[in-house]
Amino acid sequence: MKATLVLGLIGSLGTLVFLFEMLRRRHLREKYAVLWGTVALCSLLITIFPGILTWLADAAGVEVPSNLLFFLASLLLLLTSIQHSVELGRLEERTRTLAEETALLRLELESRGRTTGEAGPDG
Amino acid sequence: MPTASPASPRVLVVMPAWNEEESVGATVRSLRAAQPGIDVLVVDDGSSDGTAAEAARAGAIVCPLPFNLGVGGAMRAGYRYAVQHGYDVVAQVDADGQHDGAYLPELIAALDSADVVVGARFAGRGDYQVGFVRGLAMRLLAAVLSRLAGTRLTDVTSGFRVINRRALHIFATHYPAEYLGDTVESLVIALRTGCTVRQVPVEMRPRAGGRASQTPVRAAIYLARAVIALGLALVRRWPTTLEHPPKEHV
Repeated sequence: MKATLVLGLIGSLGTLVFLFEMLRRRHLREKYAVLWGTVALCSLLITIFPGILTWLADAAGVEVPSNLLFFLASLLLLLTSIQHSVELGRLEERTRTLAEETALLRLELESRGRTTGEAGPDG
Repeated sequence: MPTASPASPRVLVVMPAWNEEESVGATVRSLRAAQPGIDVLVVDDGSSDGTAAEAARAGAIVCPLPFNLGVGGAMRAGYRYAVQHGYDVVAQVDADGQHDGAYLPELIAALDSADVVVGARFAGRGDYQVGFVRGLAMRLLAAVLSRLAGTRLTDVTSGFRVINRRALHIFATHYPAEYLGDTVESLVIALRTGCTVRQVPVEMRPRAGGRASQTPVRAAIYLARAVIALGLALVRRWPTTLEHPPKEHV
C-alpha cells in the first residue's frame, strides 16, 4: 500500500510539475495541457483516496480494481493517439496547401519580374 | 452535359516531375514540337536534381514545389495555376516520356462528350505486360469504375488524361494526395460530382528511366492498397457543390 502511494504521488505530482515547466517554457499549448493536467489530477486523487477506485471497480463489476485503472488508462491513450493522428492529417493537408500556394506565388512573382513594364504575365 | 468548347480552347499541359532531369527536357521539347499552340507547366515536385532547370531550358513554365508532395499535390498545384490563368483544358502528361503528345488532339476532341478523358492502355492499342496480381488489381479497379462511370474504362491508373473547365474547378479544390488518390480516387470524385468520364485508347512508349520493380510481394501490396483506396473513395463524402472555388485573377 505504501509503495503505490509513493509511486502514485511521484507519478502524478511529477507530471504536474513537468506540465507546468513545459507551459512556462512555452513548449506546450494550454489546450493540450488541460487534458494531461486533468489526467494527472485524477491519478493524484486516486492515489490519495484509493477508495474511489475500489468503489468504481465495484460499481462497474470489475474484480481487480487495478484492472479498471489499466483499462481506462489504455483507452485514454488510444483515444488521444487517434486524436493526434487526426490533427496530424489536418496539419499535413494544410502544409500541402501552403506548399502548393507558395510554389504558385513564387512562379507568379518570377514571371512578373521577367515582364516588368508589360501588362502582366498573363493575357 | 458539357457545353461546346470555343473554337480553339486554351490548353495547358501539367507535367508533374520528381527527379526526372534525364527525361523532362526531351519530353517537354517533343510535346512543344508536336503541339505548338499549348503551354507546358512542369511542376517540380521537390526534386533534388536539375529537373527545374532542364524543364525551363526546354521552354516550360516551371512551378517549383518547396518539398515533395507526390503526384496529387503537384497536379493540384497545376490545376490551381490553370484556374488562375483561365485555361479551358488541362492535360496531365508524365515527365518520363511514356505519354505520346501526338494523342493530345484526340483526347481533347473527346472532351466534346465528357469532362474527363483518360488515355488508356489495354484498349486495343499497343501491348503491355503486367504481372498477374497487379493485372488483377488493375482489372478490378477498372471494372468497378466502369460500372460507376457507365462506360468501359480499361486503365484507371493511367496518368495521361485531359479535363475540361468543369472538372478543373473540382480538381483544383479536391485532388487527393494519397497513394492512388491522384488516379483512382480522383476519377471517383469526378464521377460523384457529376462529371462524365470517357477513355480514348492510346499506346504508351516504354518509360525513359526504367524502374518498374515487380515482385509478388509488391504486387500484392499494390492490390491491397488499390482495394483500400477504392473502397474509401467510394464511401467518402464529397461535396456535390463547391463552397470555395478557387478564384481566377485576370
